[in-house]
Amino acid sequence: MDFLKIQPIHLDVLREIGNIGAGHAATALSTMLNKAVDMKVPSVNVISFEEISEMVGGAENVVASVFLRIVGDAPGCMFFMLPVEQAEQLLEDLLVGQTVNLTSGDDSDISLSALQEVGNILSGSYLTSFSDFTGLNLQPSVPATSIDMAGAILSFGLLEISTVSDYAIVIDTAFTDIERQDEVKGHFFLLPDPLSFSKIFHALGVPLDE
Amino acid sequence: MSEIIKVGIADINLVSPPNIIRTTGLGSCVGVILYDQVEKIAGMAHIMLPDSSLSKTPTLNEGKYADTAIKSLYDMLIKSGANGKGLKAKIAGGAQMFKFTSGSEMMRIGPRNVERVKEELSALKIPLLASDVGGSSGRTIEFNPENTLLTIKTVNAGTKVI
Repeated sequence: MDFLKIQPIHLDVLREIGNIGAGHAATALSTMLNKAVDMKVPSVNVISFEEISEMVGGAENVVASVFLRIVGDAPGCMFFMLPVEQAEQLLEDLLVGQTVNLTSGDDSDISLSALQEVGNILSGSYLTSFSDFTGLNLQPSVPATSIDMAGAILSFGLLEISTVSDYAIVIDTAFTDIERQDEVKGHFFLLPDPLSFSKIFHALGVPLDE
Repeated sequence: MSEIIKVGIADINLVSPPNIIRTTGLGSCVGVILYDQVEKIAGMAHIMLPDSSLSKTPTLNEGKYADTAIKSLYDMLIKSGANGKGLKAKIAGGAQMFKFTSGSEMMRIGPRNVERVKEELSALKIPLLASDVGGSSGRTIEFNPENTLLTIKTVNAGTKVI
């Protein structure tokens, strides 16, 4: 994957994938919570490994995350990530009448499996629309959850990329609660594996100049 | 005034008192500290992958791989006045952040990083005096070259000093 060959049109294509995918995920989230959820225009960035953690408040910042591998024609990683308090709020909205504490360290907690299920539904709808849009065969792995430092979690998704580059192309979509526009509730990160980019661009009719 | 020297991901840096050296958010990555207690100089590497043969790039980022990072850290320390025979090591990291039922090799990267780091240290005859590795938690680590203590912070298990 040679970043020099990436033209503005390719970034537009990736942004559109984020737009459609996250749009579906936002709708799913909105349906689950029965309230309006807004999403920002996705950003597509070629960033260093250090910078990716900065997008969610720094490497040490504790976040609730759902991670899954995309397998099929264009493999990659997907993260749904949000600040712990906001994840707890989200789960309390879902599990009416329950108090949610994600940092109690109890893995058997129902709230963790609820978080996993939320991540499953959201990333599933993101991925389905990505798949429909590109015509590529893409399947999600079983998701895994972790409440931990953002850097520790994200670096896991950078391993494949790190063998070919010190930079990653990250398609980031931020979500907000429509009543509190300024507050970012969560992030969807899509990190295609390096070899997947040419397949995605090819599928959408804007191949890279080889 | 003491400063905190930062080590980024796939990065290497040196420190001497009164400064301390720090890296944040180690997951499957391993933080390796080599230090010379007499000369009071230390260095830290934040390693992502076990072996530079995994690299598919024309230029190699030496800090990224266990084999190249440890050699490069060793050379940097010798050049800065450390005594090669007096070097000791402490390591932390190598967690398995996510548990998947189908384990591909990349999913086991934490333990593989730790194994490789240990091999490299023994090849250079550097004694490993303390380690905090494995598990499924992220770590932030700080090393003080003055007292050679490594402080490890985790989200769920608090702070420990080795």
